[in-house]
This record gives sequence, C-alpha cells and structure tokens, in this order.
Amino acid sequence: MIETGTARKEEIMSLSGEKKKELMLRAADIREKTVEIVIGGNGGHIGGDLSETDVLVNLFDYMKHDPKNPKWEGRDYFILSKGHSAEAYYAILNYYGYIGQEELDQFGKLGAKLGGHPTKKVNGVEANTGSLGHGLGLATGMALALKMDGKPNRVFVLTGDGELAEGSNWEAAMSAAKFGLTNLTWIIDRNHLQISGNTEDVMPLENLHGKSESFGFQVIDLDGHDHDAIREALESRTEGKPTCIIANTIKGKGLYCAENQAGWHHKTPTMEQFEHMKEDMAQYRKGMA
Amino acid sequence: MEKATCRGAFSEKILQEAKKDKDIVVVCTDSRGSASLGSYPDELPEQFVEMGIAEQNSVTVSAGMVAMGKKVFAIGPASFYSMRSAEQVKVDVAYSHNNVKIIGISGGISYGALGATHHSLQDIALMRAIPDLIVEIPSDANQMKGLVDAFLEDKTPAYIRVGRGAVPVLYPEDVKVEIGRAQVWGDGRDVGIIACGQMVYRALDAAKLLEEQGIHATVLDMHTIKPLDEAAVLKLARECGCILTVEEHSIYGGLGGAVAEVLVADKPVPMTIAGIPDQDVPNGADAEVFTLLKLDVEGICEKAKALIKRKQEMG
Repeated sequence: MIETGTARKEEIMSLSGEKKKELMLRAADIREKTVEIVIGGNGGHIGGDLSETDVLVNLFDYMKHDPKNPKWEGRDYFILSKGHSAEAYYAILNYYGYIGQEELDQFGKLGAKLGGHPTKKVNGVEANTGSLGHGLGLATGMALALKMDGKPNRVFVLTGDGELAEGSNWEAAMSAAKFGLTNLTWIIDRNHLQISGNTEDVMPLENLHGKSESFGFQVIDLDGHDHDAIREALESRTEGKPTCIIANTIKGKGLYCAENQAGWHHKTPTMEQFEHMKEDMAQYRKGMA
Repeated sequence: MEKATCRGAFSEKILQEAKKDKDIVVVCTDSRGSASLGSYPDELPEQFVEMGIAEQNSVTVSAGMVAMGKKVFAIGPASFYSMRSAEQVKVDVAYSHNNVKIIGISGGISYGALGATHHSLQDIALMRAIPDLIVEIPSDANQMKGLVDAFLEDKTPAYIRVGRGAVPVLYPEDVKVEIGRAQVWGDGRDVGIIACGQMVYRALDAAKLLEEQGIHATVLDMHTIKPLDEAAVLKLARECGCILTVEEHSIYGGLGGAVAEVLVADKPVPMTIAGIPDQDVPNGADAEVFTLLKLDVEGICEKAKALIKRKQEMG
C-alpha cells in the first residue's frame, strides 16, 4: 500500500512540464558548478558528485527549508552520508545562498571552511560526515526524536551504494523499521561503481531491493536522473514504514569522459575536458529550449 | 561499611530526573538488566529506547536524537561502547559535538571470568585521545549521582565508566561533583596516590595502612580523567615529591599516562603507574585478580613504599 504523505497533500504528485524543465536546467548548472569547484580545489569525488546531482536538485526543491533561516524549526533535514560527494552538495548550498562564492573559492585551501567532507561549520549542513555507514543511523535518531515529539518534519539521507558494505547501515536499517519511521527517507545513489570497480565485484549488494524490503522498508526503484520519478518517490510514504529509494544513476553523469568510469571516483578534469562538458551542457540546454 | 553500585545509583537518579524532564532519554543495548535499569523502561516507556545488541548504531542513533534536542544517556557494557563503537563516538558524538552521555557499565575487569572480550582495559586510553569528550570514572554511588546532575548542566559529550559490583560509599548522599576537579583525601607529604573508580577506596585503605606504619600519604580521587585536574596533580607532585597512580586499566594510556603527561612537562618526580599489565588477564573475580596482580590494599602499600625509597635514593 503506497500513500501520499498527508502533510503535503496540497502538492502535486508529479511535476508540471515547466517545473521539470527548470529542475533539469538547474541540474545542468549545478553539474558545471560542481566541476568548477573540483577544478578550483584540485580534487574531489567527481563521479559520485555527478551521479547524485539530479536527486539533490530535486530534493532541495522539494524539502522544506529556508536559506534565510537555516535553523528554522519547521525544516526538513538532509544528511549526506556519502560525505565524499561534497562538491555537488556545496554547489547546491551555494545555489540557495547558504554559502557564498568566497567559500567555494577557498575549497581545497589551507584552513578552508569547506573540506573534502562536509561539516556543520558550513551553513546549511546538518551533520559531519565522511566516514561511511553513519548517515542512516544518524537520520534514524533524528527521525525517532521527531516522532517522539510528534513533529511533522521529515528526514532525508543519501547514502552511496559501495557504502552499504558497512554493516552499520544494516543495524540502522533494522532500527529504522523497528521504530516505524514514516518520516525517514533513505535514498541510495545506486551508480554501481566504487573506487575499485563494479560494486557487484567488490562486494555484491544485490538483491538490494529485496534486502531493503526485507529489512522493513517501503522500497522504490527508479531512474535517478528522472525528475518526475524522483519527485513522486519523495512524496511517497507508507504509514509505519521508512522509505528506501534506490536511485539508479550514472557515475560521472554529464562529464562524458567520466561517465561510468570507476577511475573517475576521485579525479580532477583538465580544462579541456571541462570545456567539452560545457559544450555538451550548452547543447543540452539548447535542446530543451 | 555501606556499599552500593554505581550502575544502580545511575538508574535511580536518572529515573528521578527523567520524570521531571521529558527530553531525557535512556538508550540501551539489550542491557536493561545488567544496567540495573529497574522500573525505568516500564515507568517511562516514551523516554526509553531499546536498540538491541548493536552498540555502534546505538551511539549513532543517540547522536541523531541529541541533534534534535534530546538529552540522551546511552547505557551498555563499557567494553563494547568504548571499543566497538569507538568510531561512532569519535565521529558522531565528539567530532559532531552531539552531547551524548555514554555510560559504560561493568567496566574494567568487572566481568571477571567472562574474559577479555568483556573487559574494558583500553577504554580510557582510547576515549581520552578523542577531542571534546569528557572521561569519567566515579568512585562511589553518590559521586555517580552527583555526576548525573553535573552532566545535565554540561553540554560536552562524555564517556563514563562504572564498575559492576557494589563499592563502599565514600561520599554523602547529596555530594556536589565538579567535572575536572579531583577530590583530595588527606594531607600526607611522603607519597601522593592518584586513583580512580573502585581503586579509590583501595587507595584510601592503603593510605590508612601506611599511616599506621608512620608513612603519610595524600590520595586524590581523580574521577575525571579528562579534562584532568592538572593543578591538583602538580600540587601533589610539589608536596609529596613522588606519585603513585592506581587504576583498573592497562598500564598504557590510562590515568597513569594522563598524570605522567602533566608531570613530564611541568614537574617531573619519581612515579609508578600501577594497573593491569600488558598481558592476558587471568580468569577470576575482580578482587581476586587485583590480589594476584598486587593491586589490592597490600600491593598498593608495597608499591608506595618502593616508590618512596626510590624518591629518597634519588635525593
């Protein structure tokens, strides 16, 4: 049984054509900005940055949050458990005005506020992450406390897929189901690659849908670059169960040379590669006009 | 002599406080019995979270709850909370400044014959190396209760290790405990003894025995290992000229290590670190093992006398 979240009944189930186009164009901008940040800092986890971009863009458009009042009590919470994919997150925070260009310019420099993994010192960031397998448990604790207090806020957590070899995720999954956390949505950036190669060769995760479902989650599989599907899944909740969205994505998406290449887990593009990407993005925008 | 357990004292006190403050939450890991939680889970089910045998997740979930404004006391075996969850303590609690109070029960060799899997003899070394984490080992039940009051005021995360068995009551019922402030017993100038946890009453008994032999000792109850009461350590070193530390922990990196770090920088004096040697711990009840390892009252006296001799020889 799949129900729409009662707190957001007023919202549309699927995106209007205009809204979808807006989000797709925004994602293209965020991708370019992300690569710019990586080049500026001379390093970053670019593959996972670019696979998660559409999910992040859609989520930040959907979540309740107020850049002018980052600690607003009515906000929804987001935890980037795959903290290494920080650059796309920074690009989004910059888009919403949580952080400025000066902060982005400092990325990768001595004493910079923005590190290779996000911390709460960065405006808008809710948790210090980087060590994998922590975000889902943290989000579970947050959602549990919100439930205890009868608050309507939701908690979203984005993990990687290679990250799921960490057993702590499954401890957390077990507990999220035990506590019936309808307010918790766990999104998996299922790009099928980790630093050493294909996830199924390194440590098989499949059947991931079956695993998550058997742990007590409502599970939704989707194309993690399809904004309609993402939005619909973000809306979807089953009373008494946490939700797991398996977002099938392409690692390195948008940077042609990096797409589906494990070697681009952490790498800095050349200016030439960046120029190619900008040309591709220009074509993409033109195609949508 | 009246005896009581620190874990029982914690449970009694936290129930009393939680009834007044709905934000207090006790988190446990299938440990409500060993933690002596008593009627708490039944009386306050809305403020009790059972995590099952999963200390890592327990620490992380506790951190998440704290981030949302809860006052979380996570209670379970010290051996597992400190070492198995070390990374969760480091990342989700300390580095993330989430004010979780971790109560590690049955610490040290409390579990006796259950063996090394259940002993926590490296926990202090591990926990005190983590920035922004208070490390406490109360010496009696009333000090434990006083600490709960202090913890409810203090915003810094903490690791508190308590033993399993009943220990003599040293302090009055309503004792006020200040985090980072040692309790001074006596004013002898021959030897300074610094102890924590259930070694404090043994050190006090040893001091009495030494006194009967004309040797005057001062004992510090160093319940806070971090932040260490450095002023008290230096004062003791100046006054006594030698220091013996006694702890239920590896001789490496615990109370002795913390005291040595202070002395070596500011006031080097002859020192002996008495603790659990760097080897397998024999099976047996804690008191029996202490006797075997010469960490009982007589053993402490012998070590104190040997240290005084060393001080005199060094002139």
